[in-house]
Parts: sequence; structure tokens; C-alpha cells
Amino acid sequence: MTKTRMPLAEDVYLTYVPAVKFKTDFLSAQFITPLRREAAGLNALLSAVLERGCVRYPDMQQLSAALDLLYGANVEHVVRKRGENQLWGFVATCVDDAYLPDHAAVLEPLGDILGELICHPVLEDGRLKADYVLSERTNLLDAIRSVVNDKRALASKRLLEEMCRGEPYGLSHIGEEADVAAITPQQLTDHYRSAIASSRLELYYCGRAELERVVGVCRRIIRDLPRSGGAGIALPSPHSTRGEPQVIRDQMDVAQGKLGVGFTVDSSDKDAVFVMNTMFGGTSNSKLFLNVREKLSLCYYASSAYHRSKNLITVSSGIEFENYQKALDEILAQLEAMRRGDWEEWELTGARSCIANGHQSMADSASRMEDFYMGQVATGRDDTPESLMDAALAVTPERIMAAARATSLDTTYFLTGKEAQQDA
Amino acid sequence: MREHTYPQLGETVWEETLPNGLALRVVSKPHYTKACAFFVTRYGGMDLRFQRGGRWLDTPAGIAHYLEHKMFDTKDGNALQELAKNGAEPNAFTSNAITAYYFYSTEHFYDNLKILLQFVSIPYFTQESVEKEQGIIGQEIRMVEDTPDWQVYQQLMECLYEKSPARVSVAGTVESIRAITAETLYDCHNAFYTPSNMVLVVVGSVDPARVAAIARAVLPESGGPEIPRDYGEEESPAPAKGEAVQEMEVSMPQFLAGYKCPTPPEGAEQLRLSMIGDMACDILFGDSSPLYRRLYEEGLINGSFGGNFDILPGAAYLYVGGDANDPHAVHRSITAEAQRLGREGIDEGFYQQIRRAAYGQMIRSLNSFENIAIAQAEGVFHHYDYYAFPEVFASITKADIETFLRENITEERTALSLILPKV
Repeated sequence: MTKTRMPLAEDVYLTYVPAVKFKTDFLSAQFITPLRREAAGLNALLSAVLERGCVRYPDMQQLSAALDLLYGANVEHVVRKRGENQLWGFVATCVDDAYLPDHAAVLEPLGDILGELICHPVLEDGRLKADYVLSERTNLLDAIRSVVNDKRALASKRLLEEMCRGEPYGLSHIGEEADVAAITPQQLTDHYRSAIASSRLELYYCGRAELERVVGVCRRIIRDLPRSGGAGIALPSPHSTRGEPQVIRDQMDVAQGKLGVGFTVDSSDKDAVFVMNTMFGGTSNSKLFLNVREKLSLCYYASSAYHRSKNLITVSSGIEFENYQKALDEILAQLEAMRRGDWEEWELTGARSCIANGHQSMADSASRMEDFYMGQVATGRDDTPESLMDAALAVTPERIMAAARATSLDTTYFLTGKEAQQDA
Repeated sequence: MREHTYPQLGETVWEETLPNGLALRVVSKPHYTKACAFFVTRYGGMDLRFQRGGRWLDTPAGIAHYLEHKMFDTKDGNALQELAKNGAEPNAFTSNAITAYYFYSTEHFYDNLKILLQFVSIPYFTQESVEKEQGIIGQEIRMVEDTPDWQVYQQLMECLYEKSPARVSVAGTVESIRAITAETLYDCHNAFYTPSNMVLVVVGSVDPARVAAIARAVLPESGGPEIPRDYGEEESPAPAKGEAVQEMEVSMPQFLAGYKCPTPPEGAEQLRLSMIGDMACDILFGDSSPLYRRLYEEGLINGSFGGNFDILPGAAYLYVGGDANDPHAVHRSITAEAQRLGREGIDEGFYQQIRRAAYGQMIRSLNSFENIAIAQAEGVFHHYDYYAFPEVFASITKADIETFLRENITEERTALSLILPKV
């Protein structure tokens, strides 16, 4: 399976991944723009408004009917943060012709719908339909506020927000309540006209269709796309380190406390940091899982994530309020163990096997590959799953220890109960 | 092993039932790098009361899930680590009806399969290690208690059912799990983890004969007796309670409406019923339904709105919900629209459109190894061939859906669960 990447127009690229194993074709059209506070809400709202309808299918019922008739094809707006860019636009899937009665061709009509949604939205007096803008604005505001419903996600968001204050990486990918509440139909329309003309557009296809056919579908998607010159994409800025680690505490009426610990890594050996993090908290075989959960029974989950583009590591765990210090001490003790090289041989072999498994199996999922390749584009990289895997497997114990020594505590976040002891 | 091909689906399945009663399914997936194995027992959160040696046993809520956690303990340590050392991604889950242990791997597949079959069939825990797990599972329960999606569902089940164990949370409560001992866990393992109560499903590009050989070599030679289970007396069509409300730290009200359906049949009829239920959902409140459009445009619902038809041991229900500022209005509209469709009939063009989409949806689900494995296991437990779904689907008529809506989506059968923001 070899990936092809090619330009299709000014600042428009296609990433093509042939695969015969899937029952479906995967087609995405995502704009990539630098993540900025004001623009984040506009782009998120715009994606939702565009999904409401186009000139040919002016409301959601007509649009869904068209998709249903393509044997349940699916189009949804997707907004993501990758590196310090915002990815926004559409992801579409359809059952491959090979599995349909009469082998009906559904990829072309699906591509046409994507092109219509992006280039021919429903307008009223030259503006995006006010009804759609206002109701999607309400929905987006609801979505922004609903982050409190998922306490684990809330804690992760709050940790990054506090840790990366003043950096784009700390921003929400769907915008802030106050900014979104103020968006008018006129403002969104102006933004639409400039954004679709100036933003980088990335098209991605994975499925059975030949390259030539896919290029044809994509050319139709962008047939009416205005191009005015690149707004460019942002390369990740380095995280500014702080003198003393900070401690942030929020209170809510919850049954379980959520602990988030953020570390900065002062090392350019990212492959080593990646392997170090895998051993530290990246798997159910990691030091955090085996000690914070299995040995001390403090939690159900304790894991860490490596934010490669920013060189940050974040740990997340759900614990009883009174176990805050105990859990934090154990997390730091496990990092200390990594610094000393205090691990058994199988921990490293296990981590290497998990890394190999994770990268090799990526080719078995069209959406994981899409997320990987779009992440590469958004962080200015051109790695492949294979190249990253090979580099990680070559990392030595010395480099792992050095990576752990380059890792230092930056921010501790704790979401605690309302009546919890303050010294918890 | 016998080979079955399904040309329309592009799928091949190898199947065999071993002398010990274990049902074996190998779903061939050429071109894939990963392979997975699901080892599933027909034993879930609802199997609280059952017969052993002629005696009825009552066990604490949450015991099947507790046992799932403890099965990973082995004589030499922990099976999670054994599998992870080989690069496998192991996991397990317990639902109302089943417990499934599985792994995905790209390397050492047969070694991993051996480990999976061994640790699930050989319990190894002590009173001490069982007690230690209280802390971990206690935190898992605390975590879901803070999850509004879980609370709204749990509260609905308690409204809908009076006696059925469907109303009991799969993980139990912090209190109920305190009664669990090593001895009860061993009893439950002996009863339910017998080859004749289990299915092994492997999905991937693997050698079926080698899978069968490993299963024969590792698992016990004999199966086990049939286990009579008690899911409570026959429920009345009416819910135990019409409505329940709870306050939580949420940003806006969340609701889940449920409609209690009759006890589901076994065999291919069950598969047929589940497809009818799914299509009824699409037609009544799916993204392309007139009701969805109206409620969305009136601002009564948002993208979180949706639902499904679900079959449990001895019980079936349809649920629908999401975030809404006026849940009662949405609830009334759903019941009214179902009755209107039952009375006036579904538009023929719309029905054909939904049929197409539903067929595509079933094909699409064959991308997921997990969906395939669970569907195959369910098929074995309930005596149907899941991959025969295109024929079963072809037999469904518009009148089937209309009857389903008219009879089940009624005021008499419904309950409403609400989560409101704390003031």
C-alpha cells in the first residue's frame, strides 16, 4: 500500500491511499488554517452551517435523502486540532461499488455533494441563510458548554489550557463561548468567502478506486473553489517553560477526582521521548498502569500521552479526592524510575512490540490513516507509519533515560469535589 | 472445518463445533495486517440468578464484570502483560448478556491465541487479590457515576423494568461488589466458562485449521451442563415508573425515552426483529426523517439526538434521546409521530430510501472486526447465521415496520429519564 500525494490546484493537495480490503471508500476535504482564537469559532460554525444544505439540496432532509439513496453514504463536518492548526471541513464515506447491487457508482455523486456543500451554500440576499447560522450557533454554544459533561475530557482540556496559556496549542478547536455568541450571519459570510479562497485544502481518499478516477472526482469537488493565495499553515511553536511548576485546582460536584499532570520535554530526540512515554504510561503494560492502578489500586485508569508536535507529555487519572498526593507522588516516582533506567528487559521489548503493532495496524483503518497523514501535513512533517516505527524501534536504553531526564513537571491540575478537603 | 462463502458480502467464514461444545468461527480477512480473537461467554450482568446442581443461586450485582477483571490474573502474573509483551492489544468487556475477552495483534497471533484461551479458561485468584480489586472497580464505578450518558441510561432501565435484571447496572455498585468473594467467583467461573457456553471468533488473515488445533489442545475436553437462568417474572408492557429525574453537573438537560417491547424470539426471527427495530428507528427519528428535520429546525433537538433498538436476555426496548431544553415536548412528538405512521402508513418512497441506506449500513459494519466478532457470537448464542442478513433483510416489509411502531411506540409502554443541570 503506497500513498501518493499530489497538488491539484493552488494550495490544494490530494493524498491517495489505495486499499482493496475495506467495504467502504473514505473521502475527506479539510481546510487547514493556523489555530487562532477568533477564527476557531468561525471555522467550527462555518463547517456546521455548510452541512445544513447547498443550492442543490437546500435543507437537511433533502441532503439526507440524497445520501440515503447512495446506499447510506455519510457526510459529516469534522473540526480538529492537529499541532497548532485547525482542520475543518468534511469527512465522507460510502459503500464501495463492489458491494452494491448492480455495482452502482456512488463515489462520483458523493464527491459532487462535497463540492456543492463547500462551494454552493444556501444564500439569502447574498448571505449565508440566517436560520442556519443562528441555529448552528446555538448548537455550537451548547457543544462548547457541554465539555463539562465529560469530566475526563474536561480535565484534559483544562490542563492544556493552563499549561499552554498564550500558545495556540492551549486554544479550543471549536472556539470560545463569548466569541461564538457574537458571530452574525454577515460576519460568517465574509469569513466564508475569504476562508475558502485563501485556506489550504487537503483532500484524502482511501479505497478501491484507481488514482485516475479519484483525481477526476476531486477535480469536480474543487471545480468552483475560488483560490486567492495562501493563508499558509502554522508550524508548532516551542512551549515556553516556566520557572516553577504550577498547581491548578477546580471544584465541581463530582464523585471522582480527575488528576492531570503536564510535563515539558527539553529534547529534540522525539523518537526516544515517544518510546519513553510508551513505557511510562502509554499502554496497559506501562509503569503508570502497573503501579498506580495494579499495585496501589488507586484508580481505574492512569495513562500518559505524548504530544509530539509540542514535545509535551500529559498524564490523566481518575482517583478518590483524598488520594491526590499519593497518586501524584507515585506518578513522579515512576518518571524517576524511567530516568534511572529502572526497568526490566520485558518492559522495553513489550513497548517496542506495542509500537510495532500500533504502526503496522494503522494500514487496517482508513480513518486512522487519514488522521495520521493530515496530522503530518498540519505539523509540517512527511513521515510514514513505517518510518516512525523504524526510528522508534532503533531507540536505545541510553536515549530513553536521556529523554526521561529531559522531562520535567510543568503543571498539575486537579478537578476535585465541592466538599473535598482542601488538603486532599 | 466447514467453509462458507458469502459472495454478495465478499466474506468467507470457517466454522466448526468442537466435541466439548465450543463453537468456533474464523472469518477470513485477506489483506489485513491485524487479526483479532474474541473469546466470549454467554454470561453477563443480567445473569445474577441461576441453577447449579439443582439449587438456585443468587449472586451480587456486578459479579460477571468483577470476574472479568480477575480473570487476567495468572499463576505467573498477569495475562495483560503476557499479551502486551507480544505486542498484542488485549482488552475485555462485560455487557448485559455476555463477557468478551479479546486481543488484536499483527505479530505472534497464535502465541497470543494460546495465552487468551489459557487465561480465560483457568481462573487463578485468591481472596487477597479479589479484595485488592475493590479499589480499581470502585473507581471504575465512580467514573461512570459522573458520566451523564451512563446515568440517563441506568435511570431509564430502572424506570422501564420492575423485576428484570435489565434494571441492574452491569458493574454493580460500590456496595454490591463488597459481597463478592473468591469462592463466588470460582462458582460463577465453573458454571459459565465452560466450552459449551462459549464461542471463539477469530477475524483476520489466519489459518483456520491451526486455530482449531490450538483450541483443541488448550481447552478442556468436556463441555458443561446447560445452566438454567432466571431473568425474573414476565414483565407487564407498562414501565415500572413513568419518569425519573436526577440533577448533575451538566450544561443542559439530557433525556432518554424508552419504549418497552415484548420478549424477543430466538433464531433467525430475532435477527429479523432487530433489523425491523433498527429500521423503525431510522424511519421514525433518523437523520433523514421528517420528525428529525422538524424538531431540529424548531431548535428542540441538536446533533446529539438519536437512538436504537436493543435486545437483551428476555427483554427488548427502543430508546431515543439527547440534549434538549424541552425533553417533554420531544418525547410527546416521538410517540405521536410513531402512532401517526402506524395509522396512516409510511410513505413508500421514503421507505425505499431508508431501505437502501439500511442495507449500506449493514455492509459498512463489516469493516469493523469487533462488530463482526460480536455479531457472529450473538448468532451462535441465539441460533442464527448472521451473514444470512441480506436474505432476512429482503423478507422485511413496510407493513412490518408499521406494525412495530403501532404496537410498541405507545404512551402505555414508555418511560422518560431526565438529567437536569444542578442549579
